[in-house]
Amino acid sequence: MSKLSIQGVEKTFPGRRGASATRALEPTSLEVQDNDFITILGPSGCGKSTLLRVVAGLETPSGGAVLLDGQPVSAPGPDRGMVFQSYTLFPWLTVRDNVCFGLRERGVPRAEQLAVADRFIAQVGLRGFENHHPAQLSGGMQQRTALARALANDPKILLLDEPFGALDHQTREVMQELLLGIWEEHRKTVLFVTHDIDEAIFMASRVVVMSARPGRIKCDIPIELPHPRSYKVKTAPEFAAYKERLTEEIRVETIKTLQMEA
Amino acid sequence: MPPSLFAPLKPVAPGLRTVLGALCFVLFFLGWGIATYGGFVKPLFLASPGDSLVAGWGLFTEFGFAQDIAVTIWRVLAGFALAALLAVPLGILMGAFKPVEAFFEGFVSFARYLPASAFIPLLILWAGVGELQKILVIFIGSVFQLVIMVSVIVGSTRLDLVEAAYTLGASRRGVVLRVLLPAASPQIFEALRLVLGWAWTYVIVAELVGASRGIGHMIIDAQRFLDTGQMIFGIFVIGLIGLVTDFLFQAAHARLFPWARGR
Ligand SMILES: Nc1ncnc2c1ncn2[C@@H]1O[C@H](COP(=O)(O)OP(=O)(O)O)[C@@H](O)[C@H]1O
Ligand SMILES: [Mg+2]
Repeated sequence: MSKLSIQGVEKTFPGRRGASATRALEPTSLEVQDNDFITILGPSGCGKSTLLRVVAGLETPSGGAVLLDGQPVSAPGPDRGMVFQSYTLFPWLTVRDNVCFGLRERGVPRAEQLAVADRFIAQVGLRGFENHHPAQLSGGMQQRTALARALANDPKILLLDEPFGALDHQTREVMQELLLGIWEEHRKTVLFVTHDIDEAIFMASRVVVMSARPGRIKCDIPIELPHPRSYKVKTAPEFAAYKERLTEEIRVETIKTLQMEA
Repeated sequence: MPPSLFAPLKPVAPGLRTVLGALCFVLFFLGWGIATYGGFVKPLFLASPGDSLVAGWGLFTEFGFAQDIAVTIWRVLAGFALAALLAVPLGILMGAFKPVEAFFEGFVSFARYLPASAFIPLLILWAGVGELQKILVIFIGSVFQLVIMVSVIVGSTRLDLVEAAYTLGASRRGVVLRVLLPAASPQIFEALRLVLGWAWTYVIVAELVGASRGIGHMIIDAQRFLDTGQMIFGIFVIGLIGLVTDFLFQAAHARLFPWARGR
């Protein structure tokens, strides 16, 4: 049985104030196996976030169903950890209390909360910043904290919606390595949305390409690069081959998106 | 002054800031002094700074003005505290739960345009001219404004924070208590500061009618004796109390919400 099963999920946003409805997602199906690291690649506006938000339970699909371990998903819950593109740390809490947030909501004793939080804070390389507030952190540090916060809840699956999208290129590459390292250690099931081809290939065990709006899955490419992967793999010929293929796929869709807007 | 000082939104050095702030007061007193000591305005209409100060001294030593101040402060705080006690929880409920908002919003928006001073005759009829009536004027003047402000503040909490909380396993109750409430606190605090300032205008109005003590009563009393010095001193005391309250609120804000600095 798949860890996560997305079955014919579609989404149409009703038009507001006489505007026509937006078809964001065509019926989409995807099977995610345990320990998969799936990156969803597509031009912006193709419905990637919508798909991820449906899986998170933040958006109700217009049709179809999402099953996690065979159980239908209808509302957000701690079994699906999410990291958003925008910075969503609670500004009034310190790094440590942000990471403790989910554990606290679930009534975990404080001592245990702290032990778990400190472990994940160390893992994302933020030891020494436990008592900082989000406003004192750089964007990369905030997203690392958000990652630790999601991981601390020990979710069955990790949903990441362009979490490094707002970071500069260098920080972004280091963050990718960090995330991949964590995945190689914990083997969490991950669904990672991005529009960056390098990012998609580097971390994935499978890259799922989405078509232009209304989105649907266009192709599903297993990435057979060995683990552990270092940043050096990005210059390997196999990597280049994947990149060439995905660039073609994405280019077509991007051009379609542009024509649609014109 | 070099023109770069006036680049839009450019901050000014803290020292210069204090100097400029003080300079405004100095110029104000200078203008007042010239108008009065220079004989441009008759003392009957405007007392000089010196005379006002002397009148103020007399108020404290001969007329027990300290007690007037205490009475007025007590009225403001009592009326304001009652209003806050009702308005803050109700505003939070309205901001968090849209059906509650739909139920109250129309009425509260209507009620907040009712001038508190227009209620004074009615309130005298209902509650006499005692303390309760004064407190009720302040209550009516503050409560509806505060409800609307708090509900707007809570309602505009960043949705992505709420969503993040849900994906971390927060219940609805958890979202209200541990996301909406802390996220809104600094601004609610700020709203309280603003409305407290308005409460001061209501208390004076309330004291102009049927009071036997209080700053407003003293000002009306002074008018009967055409003592502009006392009137001006009374008005100044109100301003001074406002200044001190503002300062206290700001200090408390910085202490309570250090994470919200510079927002
Ligand atoms: N809440 C919403 N209401 C209406 N339209 C929406 C809403 N959210 C997204 N959309 C539309 O759905 C489409 C897909 O959006 P999204 O899933 O955010 O795309 P992506 O994440 O791939 O950039 C876009 O055209 C967007 O404008
Ligand atoms: Mg998106």
